[in-house]
Amino acid sequence: MEKPTTGIPHRKLAMWSFIGSECMLFGSLITTYLIFKGRSLVGPYPEELLNIPFITVTTFVLLMSSLTMVLALSAVQRGDRKMSRIWLFMTPFLGLIFLLGQYLEFSHFVHEGLGLSRNLFSSSFFILTGTHGAHVAGGVLWLGTLWFLSMTGRLNKENSETVEIAGLYWHFVDVVWIILFTIIYLLQ
Amino acid sequence: MEHTADAAKAHPSNRTYVLIAVVLAVLTALEVMVFYVEALRPLLVAILMVLMVAKFCLVVGFFMHLKYDSKVLSGVFGWGLLVAFLIMLALLALYGKFTGTG
Repeated sequence: MEKPTTGIPHRKLAMWSFIGSECMLFGSLITTYLIFKGRSLVGPYPEELLNIPFITVTTFVLLMSSLTMVLALSAVQRGDRKMSRIWLFMTPFLGLIFLLGQYLEFSHFVHEGLGLSRNLFSSSFFILTGTHGAHVAGGVLWLGTLWFLSMTGRLNKENSETVEIAGLYWHFVDVVWIILFTIIYLLQ
Repeated sequence: MEHTADAAKAHPSNRTYVLIAVVLAVLTALEVMVFYVEALRPLLVAILMVLMVAKFCLVVGFFMHLKYDSKVLSGVFGWGLLVAFLIMLALLALYGKFTGTG
């Protein structure tokens, strides 16, 4: 593992820098959502469509995927191949369930007449949650690849840093959703 | 090396991770409960913000190991977060969200 004088692996530092820049991206999108909030001239309006019980379930699923992610990292670092394969499968699987929930929610909104350009709420909502969903989809592909590598014996204790980097990305996606869940769904 | 004292400490145990996940689930349930309790409406924003920040800190500190890793990483992340927060404040002020004209 290559380390600079700071004692921090290059890839880890790069991932944290990337996450820092992502804060600015999501910060701007969240602000856009807040600025447009309550300014829609035509319906449907958020309070008519947002389904709190349903989103609470998908939020719980994403939170639990963060748990399976750290358990996967822990298993890889211990050299426990069996458990690392299980947790590395569970994490993208839970991510897929979250994406399915998002697909169902979007479909319901469109069915109710809330297309992308229907009003200010729909435009800012779809862009914000869609960008987050795209990040989840990227994470699912990344973790799916790591699971495949573990199944073929190419992921072991020596390259656990690869799993740690992917984990940082996945947890960040979870952190963003923690904020979106409060701002979009609970602070209507 | 000078940086050794600042380098990564041992990560938490699996038991701690499970405990953190349970706390996160409880905090989420509390958030939803607060949303439905009519009597808490005047304090809704404040309570939800506190719960959101608590969940944020738990994931970043324990799951992302920022509590255990080098302070350099906290600085890198904190800087991005600070700039994002300032951008948010500036834009919200620009659109009159603090003066009630937005």
